[in-house]
Amino acid sequence: MSTEAGTRTTTTTQPSGRVGDSPLRPDGTLKVTGEFAYASDLWHDDMVWGVTLRSPHPHARIRGIDIAEALTVPGVIAVLTADDVPGENAVGLEHADQPVLASEFVRYEGEPVALVAADHPETARRAAQRIHVEYEVLPAVTDPRRAMDDDAPAVHQPGNLVRHLTLRRGDPDATAPVVVSLDFEVGMQDQAFLGPESGLAVPAEDGGVDLYVATQWLHVDQRQMCLALGMPKELVRLHLAGVGGAFGGREDLSVHVHASMLALRTGRPVKMSYGREESFFGHVHRHPAWMTYEFGAERDGTLVYARARTVLDGGAYASSTAAVVGNAGTLGLGPYRIPNVAVDAYGVFTNNPPCGAMRGFGCVQAAYAHEALMDELAEAVGLDPVAIRQLNGMREGDTNITGQVIDSAAPVAELLQIVRDMPMPPPADTSDIRSRPGAVGNTTHGEGVVRGVGYAVTYKNVGFSEGFDDYSTARVRLEMTGGEAVATVHTAAAEVGQGLITVEQQICRTELGVERVVVHPKNTAVGSGGSTSASRQTYVTGGAVKAACEAVRAVVLERAALSLGRPANELRLDGGKIVGSSGEVLVGLGEVLGEDAVEETVEYRHRPTHAIDPETGQGDAHVQFAFSAHRAVVDVDVELGLVKVVALDTAQDVGKAINPDAVVGQIQGGSAQGMGLALMEEIVVTDGHVRNPSFTDYLIPTILDMPPMQVKVLEYADPHAPYGVRGVGEPPTISSGPAVAAAVRAAAGKPLRRVPIRPEHITGT
Amino acid sequence: MDFLQPTSWTDALAARAERPDAVAIAGGTDVMVDLNFDRRRPGALLDLGRVPELREWAAEDGWVRLGAGVPYSRIIEELAIQLPGLAMASRTVGSPQIRIRATVGGNLGSASPAGDAHPPLLAAGAVVEVQSAARGARRIPAEEFYTGVKRNALAPDELIAAVLVPTAAGPQQFCKVGTRNAMVIAVSAFACALHPDRKTVGTGIGSAAPTPRRAPDAEDFLAGELQAAGLWDSRGRLPEELARAFGERVAAAASPIDDVRGSAAYRRHSLSVMARRAVTWAWNDLREAA
Repeated sequence: MSTEAGTRTTTTTQPSGRVGDSPLRPDGTLKVTGEFAYASDLWHDDMVWGVTLRSPHPHARIRGIDIAEALTVPGVIAVLTADDVPGENAVGLEHADQPVLASEFVRYEGEPVALVAADHPETARRAAQRIHVEYEVLPAVTDPRRAMDDDAPAVHQPGNLVRHLTLRRGDPDATAPVVVSLDFEVGMQDQAFLGPESGLAVPAEDGGVDLYVATQWLHVDQRQMCLALGMPKELVRLHLAGVGGAFGGREDLSVHVHASMLALRTGRPVKMSYGREESFFGHVHRHPAWMTYEFGAERDGTLVYARARTVLDGGAYASSTAAVVGNAGTLGLGPYRIPNVAVDAYGVFTNNPPCGAMRGFGCVQAAYAHEALMDELAEAVGLDPVAIRQLNGMREGDTNITGQVIDSAAPVAELLQIVRDMPMPPPADTSDIRSRPGAVGNTTHGEGVVRGVGYAVTYKNVGFSEGFDDYSTARVRLEMTGGEAVATVHTAAAEVGQGLITVEQQICRTELGVERVVVHPKNTAVGSGGSTSASRQTYVTGGAVKAACEAVRAVVLERAALSLGRPANELRLDGGKIVGSSGEVLVGLGEVLGEDAVEETVEYRHRPTHAIDPETGQGDAHVQFAFSAHRAVVDVDVELGLVKVVALDTAQDVGKAINPDAVVGQIQGGSAQGMGLALMEEIVVTDGHVRNPSFTDYLIPTILDMPPMQVKVLEYADPHAPYGVRGVGEPPTISSGPAVAAAVRAAAGKPLRRVPIRPEHITGT
Repeated sequence: MDFLQPTSWTDALAARAERPDAVAIAGGTDVMVDLNFDRRRPGALLDLGRVPELREWAAEDGWVRLGAGVPYSRIIEELAIQLPGLAMASRTVGSPQIRIRATVGGNLGSASPAGDAHPPLLAAGAVVEVQSAARGARRIPAEEFYTGVKRNALAPDELIAAVLVPTAAGPQQFCKVGTRNAMVIAVSAFACALHPDRKTVGTGIGSAAPTPRRAPDAEDFLAGELQAAGLWDSRGRLPEELARAFGERVAAAASPIDDVRGSAAYRRHSLSVMARRAVTWAWNDLREAA
């Protein structure tokens, strides 16, 4: 793999691990050697085990629950139902519409109905099977395209519409000489994180509970738990356990309230750990989408208008569906200049599995439609796929479809040019079976294999949008320990594997000029860090850490200025010393600090965003945009429909690479996840039932499916963001899949309007 | 649940006879999945991992006697010449870790229609050797061994001792379609073996019927056409239309279903393509060897 660092000027040889370096992450070796303690490794000496009984039906009325037999199982300590929820029996990320435990209705297969605590997990599972729930099975709404029909049963009152986003700009009835249109369908992808949901709830002497859990946002969990447990937040303390991936699937609650209820009832620490199958029912998925798109253009390919209608299946509860609709609407036409626009995006309730946040958040689905249509337009006007995108691509200063001015770099044309100019992969090495479509399956020795190339480009909002008060809190402390200056940084921002801990350390080293930075365990003893999602933590929590460091530094330099008799603005912190403007050492930090610790806590907010107009969808909805482009090269066995991705090359503007190795890691992982949706990843749901809740049949890419990547990182600083950073994690997940799909279409010569593309779609059998 | 761990074949057979409620376990790659999901809760597990006799193979008079406990990784390393079809299929089993644990005996015991070892065993004309303490050993041709979805011809007191596979007298091929390029359960699979000594053709179909099965019409058709055209002796080029017709007959022998892994129509189609390609490769290998 080649990794080039665009416009970066910082050297990476500096051993100290400052901003722009790539220090090793503290959890890296532990994870590779299998020694990292994930949430599933949590242990407490006298703990008991909790399990969840879930609904077998997509929609049913609960006539009664009989727990008597379950209570007689030796080893069982408690069996709880909706009647035992101490507070309000309702949780939810944006709307509290989901019962902690179902009381009157179950609305999806897998909805929690009852809890068991026992001295052994197997005992608890067996006891759960002895809870007798009487269900009256009800008709289920399983086709989201019919969910808004008058005769569709209501999943919730008053109806099945979660959000309808209307966006109108320019002349929505504009006409054009060249018109192309298509329908596109995206299947339900799963986050497929490797560490299933897990947590340990420990009852405390003060009547409260300490919950150790794998999550993405401790404080939004705490808020929901307080309501459900009927307890003040002082008594509901959360601690981040080892997180084995998240990708949006840990934004909603899982074991949190359940384990805490069992712990508070039994007075014992309670551990809950889902297996892989339960995990598929224990978190939300990416919304499946049905999209109808139309572009009108001049004969030279310049876009005149775009129309889009998108239906997203939200499943049984709201979760973050409204915000996903927001993205699918406001960003749903891609990074293009389009003067006349009419978009309608709908999120609906059904009795399918609940859908919510997943990496790319509404932009992933839309990108399949607008990128496939852009290829259609290129064909119609006689341009190649790169040229049509460069012709219409956004530039800095352009206005997007909600009327927002793109006020920092928008290098659409350049990103496309970079990936186009990258060296093409050599012809397939036919001597190695692993390099052919089907690989070790030995299905072709070259017969039927056609190579295809495809391009895609995207832009994605970074941070929370549409007026959300999006902030993060950091507490930074500087003190002398054993003769060495040590900074301690405390945030509640979740490390889920992306490398935030390392970034926090790098920022502290840079701002405070110390080598040693201790990252305090993440918990709710400090203010909210906001969600580890929306590609926002390096920006927002990074901004908070930077601001807290600056506050600490100001105090320290002021003290030094007093004792040195020099103005503070002529002093700097470096190498644990106070240095002058030309770098001369003036005094050690120890002499300034003495026994004192300087500690500051700061809340950092990015520029505010605004709600969009309910009629026109116009408004400055987003704070920052991140751009990426991919070129995919595939070999397709067109007779068998098997695909080998030969190359998946990308260019992305990251503003500033705080940790260049981690940036490339995000880009590689995100690209693989995007490719997975294009070719194999789908939760198959039939009549409201999940048919493949296992890694046997929910396939994610292996090393033989993912090619080596050429990655080009651009660093066009966003002047409004700390260090100029731009979110990194999501764009690769958005543009990689459509590029792969385009390459497969090119090879197969078929429209292929659905992903994942299955072998039978390519062969037509 | 009791855990029985005999250290000799005699003890294993005795334990099998005494405990009809025991499930035999070799590598555990199938059995443990069922246990973890609580699909099975046998009274005992009969671990065959400590029985040395099962972990050996030997060449005997034109056959390889392959102990039921020889893992796939060793078949790939040690038997690629003698049993090329089985070695190719072994290469597609699970992940490297799974191939170190999993065994042909386990595949036969589970008798899943998707088991990767079955098609090459059928194509080669393998025989399964089973044994009980009471009645001794008996031999069952592979095609009679599979009796239904995940059912086989073992009596309750019997264990699988070995599988006897004729040493390849001609080229063999194995193809497997999955929706991913590694570590995937077969959507469909096909094996063929050319027996130039007998002027016959062997076939095996996987994941496309309630049991692994042969395609006898396709075998007879191709052998007959080759004979009629004198190709067995001349080793001339295999006519494309003959390979295609063979593929169609293989597809016709399947009775596939629609499931979450693939459609019946695709399974049938892919079998016709795999059979056409595989037999062409095998025939070309035969010509090159001449």
